[in-house]
Amino acid sequence: MTAAASAPDGPELTLRLDGITKRFGSLTANDGISLDLRKGEVLALLGENGAGKTTLMNILFGHYVPDEGRVEVFGRALPHGSPKAAIAAGLGMVHQHFTLAENLTVLDNVMIGTESLWRPWQDRRRARARLADLAERFGLAVDPDRRVGDLSVGERQRVEILKALYREARILILDEPTAVLTPQESERLFATLRRMVDEGLSVIFISHKLPEVMAVSRRVAVLRQGRCVAVRDTAGLDRAGLAALMVGREVTAPSRTPLPPGPPALELKRVTVAGPRVRVPLRDADLAVHRHEILGIAGVSGNGQSTLADLVSGMAAPSAGQILLFGDPIARHKPSHFVRLGVGRIPEDRHAEGLVGDMAVWENLIAERYREPDFQRAGFLKRGAARAHAGDLIRDFDVRCPSPEAVTRLLSGGNMQKLILGRTLARRPGFILANQPTRGLDIGAVTYVHERLLEARGHGAGVLLISEDLDEVLALADRVAVIHAGRLSAPMAREEVDVRRLGLLMAGEEGHHAA
Amino acid sequence: MDIFLDILISASLWATVLRIATPLILGTLGELVCERAGVLNLGIEGIMTLGAMVGWMTVYQGGDLWTGVLVAALAGMLAGLLHAALTVPLGLSQHVTGIGVTLLATSLSYYTYRLVLPQATTPPTVTPFQPIGDGSLLGSLPVIGPVLAQQTPLTYFALAAVVVVAWVLHRTPVGLAVRMVGENPAAADAQGLNVTGVRIGAVMAGSALMAVGGAFLTLSAFNAFFFNMINGRGWICIALVVFASWRPGKALLGALLFALFDALQTRLQQVSGAAIPYQIYLMMPYVLSIVALIVMSRRAAYPRALMVPFRKGER
Repeated sequence: MTAAASAPDGPELTLRLDGITKRFGSLTANDGISLDLRKGEVLALLGENGAGKTTLMNILFGHYVPDEGRVEVFGRALPHGSPKAAIAAGLGMVHQHFTLAENLTVLDNVMIGTESLWRPWQDRRRARARLADLAERFGLAVDPDRRVGDLSVGERQRVEILKALYREARILILDEPTAVLTPQESERLFATLRRMVDEGLSVIFISHKLPEVMAVSRRVAVLRQGRCVAVRDTAGLDRAGLAALMVGREVTAPSRTPLPPGPPALELKRVTVAGPRVRVPLRDADLAVHRHEILGIAGVSGNGQSTLADLVSGMAAPSAGQILLFGDPIARHKPSHFVRLGVGRIPEDRHAEGLVGDMAVWENLIAERYREPDFQRAGFLKRGAARAHAGDLIRDFDVRCPSPEAVTRLLSGGNMQKLILGRTLARRPGFILANQPTRGLDIGAVTYVHERLLEARGHGAGVLLISEDLDEVLALADRVAVIHAGRLSAPMAREEVDVRRLGLLMAGEEGHHAA
Repeated sequence: MDIFLDILISASLWATVLRIATPLILGTLGELVCERAGVLNLGIEGIMTLGAMVGWMTVYQGGDLWTGVLVAALAGMLAGLLHAALTVPLGLSQHVTGIGVTLLATSLSYYTYRLVLPQATTPPTVTPFQPIGDGSLLGSLPVIGPVLAQQTPLTYFALAAVVVVAWVLHRTPVGLAVRMVGENPAAADAQGLNVTGVRIGAVMAGSALMAVGGAFLTLSAFNAFFFNMINGRGWICIALVVFASWRPGKALLGALLFALFDALQTRLQQVSGAAIPYQIYLMMPYVLSIVALIVMSRRAAYPRALMVPFRKGER
């Protein structure tokens, strides 16, 4: 080791960030952030979406070049903008979106870049042995010869961690590692992290989930709007205090007052959606969403959520079984027909399916209704009426945009979601599909979406809430079902939900009902 | 039916198959290397024309045959560098750039040829590569000896290239790097690889192989350079890469299969006389290729980042 400052009050300093500043145009993503990390500790980096966590880590890892500030690893300055230098210095990063090649094997993915490029052959035997040793030591079992595309999300994350350890990383950075995991997989990850710090590694754990941060870290650094607003020892903090630090004000969770369920809004009777073009088929789905009710669908991503959403928004037709809307069977499986029948849709990807980015706000707001007499006559759009309608929605739903003529692409994620909410809810639909309605939004926008969904429920809508965020499902839903490998579990009342059991269902380790 | 069998077991048929297949093998391998790195190279038709012209011209001007092959490869690399420079660091459309490279390289070849030989009406010739002959080691093998004896060294070069490309792609660090930048350049970049460098290198190496495929036509199959000499072989190679699901061994198989159809159609034309219009036979290899392509490519695992430009620091 170098002459690194071994501070009197703790173990050796492994990483020091000093006054890191990064601007993107007029936005200051990181504003003079200073942090230090010691050997054998887990430091949690807590902050909302857009607080600057990912930017900071991308600077650390050489993907971005900071405008100001310096990074020291084991006492030596790290040159900016070089992932190679970061790896050589002992940094390892597990990205939120895995950087793996799906068509290559686990071993290929681990070995990439670890051998001199002009060796005439690879030393695969040695690599295999080292990989097995690391997997054993840290509890990261995975078959080196499998194609990464065939692995589960949890296994892929293990490959990412192994990749970093294989490069002899001494400092591991995990960016939102639990976002894609079941509760059990998260537990397993935490056990791995504990083994790592026991072996003297340091870990930076990026998250916006308070319970995990409390469970896994020794210290917490809180980022807000690009600034580091607090660094505290985790022991002696409570969740409410942490949440207030993160958001900068007191956070009130939306309250769900119990309501007696109304008549069924949507019913699925043994519905199967399968076929060559369906990625994850839905099998024998039985479901009823009542008016005045939010039914939550929990599950790890890629287990048939998209197929279910396509089905209930009219984009996919069932290959067997029946769908009833407000008690009547559906004649035509077309999105426009569903909309006319009173289905409101909040799609999963607001950029791809929700809005047309290059069109004006007012055009997007009549996208579902431009054929109605309110907005057209003899095939000509009533632009004035459409603009007025847009103006009303912008006001009612508090969309921050300069005018109905604004280009939709330029709005923030939260405001885009408000546009979709406005378009959907203004028609008072009797059934609402909300698919990942808060993905990528900051806490303020999340709270807004949650309140509006609860309000719609109060007005008599039945809501099907599909979410990969278990906390969201538990906060909003009256009943909860789990989707795994295209099969739905029997819904349970929110009050009877046992999180451990949900986790098992999400991992497919408990039998599904066959009603 | 007997005639058909006689044709199938004749040594001359299989000798023809190997001869027809050689430029296809080299072109397909070259395209495969480019695409494995994530770059579609539609410049192939023009690069093969350039290789054919430059290789022939080098020999015509007094260079020896292998020097001609080498110069063709270098010319191919230059054309590949042009394609790579536009598509990799600048991220331009690979389709448009590739077609541009084909138009440029083809026209440049014709122009240069006319510039050097303005008044030639019958194309001047050179002494091409000779078959390795009956006396050689391969030529004296039983059964397949007569087929092998009729081949020229460049055919053996092409067969060796299949093995070398397969080895490099699947057994060496540089091959892994090529596959990685074609699958997920961001992942390669995160491991400190130079994505731009690897892609440019792969396109240049692949283009060199294509150009040698073109040079085979003027230095082995024929002894002169004609306009329209490549005649769509480059486009066939593009299809063969898909047929081969981006694997060198299957690329060899695909090239041989196409060559077999092509060789068969000329023989069948001869035996059937005027009963069937000859255009039907001419069509046959292409129709069969389309059918084979449909069957084979349904489960093709194409490189994930094919035609996706990579810009560092963007998400």
